[in-house]
Amino acid sequence: MKFAVKAWSKGRARSGILQIVGGSSCEIAIETPALLLSTRKGLPAFISPDLLPSLPSPDSHILQFSPLHFLEGLTPETMSNCGGLHQMLGLHEYGFVAVPRDSIVCVPECNGTNKIGASFETPCGRLLIKSLEYMKMISSMKPNLWATLADEVPAWVSVKRNKNSVDRTVRWLDECIALSSTGGAVFGAIVGGSSVEERQRCAQEVAKRNVSGYWLGGFGLGESMDERSPLLNAVTDNLPEQKPRQICGLGLPEEVLQGIASGVDLFDSTYIYDLTIGGFALIFPFDQIERNVSDSQPSAIGGDQTKINLKATVYRKDISPIVDGCSCYACQNHTKAYINHLLNVHEMLAQILLEIHNTHHYLGFFRAIRQAIKEGKFEQFRQQFIENRRHQIFAASLGS
Amino acid sequence: MALRFEILGRFNRARAAQLTLPHFVCQTPLFMPVGTQGTIKGLTTSQLEEIGCQIILGNTYHLALRPTSELIDELGGLHKFMNWPRALLTDSGGFQMVSLLHLADITEKGVTFQSPVDGKPMLLTPEESIQIQNRIGADIIMALDDVVRTTITGPRIEEAMYRTLRWIDRCIEAHKRPNEQNLFGIVQGGLDPVLRDICVRGLVDRNLPGYAIGGLSGGEDKDSFWRVVAQCTASLPEDKPRYVMGVGYPLDIVVCSALGADMYDCVYPTRTARFGAALIPEGVLKLKHRAMADDTRPIDPTCMCMVCKNYTRAYIHCLVTKDAMGSQLLSYHNLYYMMKLSNDLHSSIIEGQFPEFVCGFLQKMFPKGDVPEWVCNAMEVAGIDISSCCSPFTSSQY
Ligand SMILES: [Zn+2]
Ligand SMILES: [Zn+2]
Repeated sequence: MKFAVKAWSKGRARSGILQIVGGSSCEIAIETPALLLSTRKGLPAFISPDLLPSLPSPDSHILQFSPLHFLEGLTPETMSNCGGLHQMLGLHEYGFVAVPRDSIVCVPECNGTNKIGASFETPCGRLLIKSLEYMKMISSMKPNLWATLADEVPAWVSVKRNKNSVDRTVRWLDECIALSSTGGAVFGAIVGGSSVEERQRCAQEVAKRNVSGYWLGGFGLGESMDERSPLLNAVTDNLPEQKPRQICGLGLPEEVLQGIASGVDLFDSTYIYDLTIGGFALIFPFDQIERNVSDSQPSAIGGDQTKINLKATVYRKDISPIVDGCSCYACQNHTKAYINHLLNVHEMLAQILLEIHNTHHYLGFFRAIRQAIKEGKFEQFRQQFIENRRHQIFAASLGS
Repeated sequence: MALRFEILGRFNRARAAQLTLPHFVCQTPLFMPVGTQGTIKGLTTSQLEEIGCQIILGNTYHLALRPTSELIDELGGLHKFMNWPRALLTDSGGFQMVSLLHLADITEKGVTFQSPVDGKPMLLTPEESIQIQNRIGADIIMALDDVVRTTITGPRIEEAMYRTLRWIDRCIEAHKRPNEQNLFGIVQGGLDPVLRDICVRGLVDRNLPGYAIGGLSGGEDKDSFWRVVAQCTASLPEDKPRYVMGVGYPLDIVVCSALGADMYDCVYPTRTARFGAALIPEGVLKLKHRAMADDTRPIDPTCMCMVCKNYTRAYIHCLVTKDAMGSQLLSYHNLYYMMKLSNDLHSSIIEGQFPEFVCGFLQKMFPKGDVPEWVCNAMEVAGIDISSCCSPFTSSQY
């Protein structure tokens, strides 16, 4: 893995390039800030591998997975026999990033975690994962990047529990590095809950280790939007500039912008999964963010101007695509009326089409953010986006 | 009549034909996947084209409930609504009512049933069924027939057969788009050769664009099943397509094609996929089975589909019945298998290799030579020598 920061917008936001080598020595260059596509067992929840190439390339070529998902059926030995994830999934032109948790079906369970290992609620029940086991999975799956095991705790735990989680996470980091036998790049996990001091302490400790990048854990676990920025800055200010930073748990557009403002480079896409399951489609404009704010109409259709709910009866006869001019497979081939019908009759094609559109749309949002950073206009972009949203939500509340 | 049916090749009773429908030129024998609610579960229309699907089936009963035939009509028909450029067929809705609703009752007027929406009594007449199907706009529409379970015997079978004949005239009369949609009549008559014969003659007199053999695949024994098919195909006109309704096991399709049938439909390939089963030349592969967990072979090493080219049985094993992707990938493979089978039947007939194809098919499915007796009997009638794949001393029941 190689990473280089290419541009800074005034402040901490930066854009860069992450270069990784996929299967069969395939080189992949991903521009950051980037969205990693969340997967179930290596494939997006509903987008089958033959439909993946219809997403923007190379932006969509980096996939995130939880090794724990495979405990449901595959042993590390079989994964090794298959030749690792790239080989097993036939996705050589894609980069794979392993993170123990996925925020959807595999979530950290801090009460079950102890000094031996990290606890997770998973489809196969509550699991206690030790460094040794985790590293066995990593070496059989051969991801391009992998985050070390972390003791993630919610914002409300005691000072002592939080301090403990930092100590454990740093110890597990050393264990994971010692046990590592693959060529994949190590991302050191950083925790510290809602304490700026613990966040700093953890970041400083991890920064001393020989790692290729950093994984920011323990966000999106109950801290408020307002307290988050100081916590993020406490971490990124203590990390070397030339290494990539990945985060889990920040999904909403505002949260992504907040993370980027603090210098985070890589995000997950569980937000897209949540939207898709709820029948929502993203519609917010991102390429003309400065458009006249007063143009926006109050929403009466169960959305908030960033997204629409296609279950709403107003779409019953709407033969336009989700977003006019969108080049995704769903918008090029299907109407809102059809997706509305598919949702009404609980047909899986609805989720397939929504996941395609939402992924396509969010990748476009990230592209616009990178452009703004390169032009040194990130803060204006962010302010404008948040302003538009506030205005729209206000207008919607007046309209209803 | 809005179709052309040109026979391109034959082997005894089997035929390979080109069926030109308003939206697509199909090659027969062909299998029609079932897209009940305007979608084949878990697959996009471009995947269906890629797999080679030529015609898919929509269920009138479901579509009439949601999104309603009026809405489909207003938005330009089902082809446009689901963005499917190739051919479509809709059933009459009658069978779905009788099989899904406990309170369906058939009278001379039509099928009465309790509305699943508000519980009020409703009536589906032959006229209404055709009107609804005219609005949906499929290439082939089916006449409303009086459906009885094949396991029923007695005067009810006779009543249903005569009623089906009376209703066909009401269907023909009600059909408003004969130049864009083809109305197929359905042969009823249970397992009684005399009744089947009367029904075939009655329908043939009406000179319809095509004919279906109905009332089968309802739990009758296999020997009765193929004998009805053989009798009907023998007396239906040569120059019209013949559709055996509800048939979908690969073996049944091979046997029926040998007997001169052309079209089939079944939910089996996609339904069985959702339960974790893959169709393979040897029969069925249960991917849920523990033995699959460390099997690094493809589902079917001889299959050229996207799934078999990329995935191991082990990987599919950890997806099936847990993740949506499991049924998406297995449905893809299973439909690919059915399309390949249809295509193999078509080309082997044209190339004069049909008996060889049938023998090869049976050998893979019954490597010990224990071809079921009903298959042997049917093949004898079809004039196909399968002695090379039957062991001389075993004859087991299917
Ligand atoms: Zn789109
Ligand atoms: Zn296959």
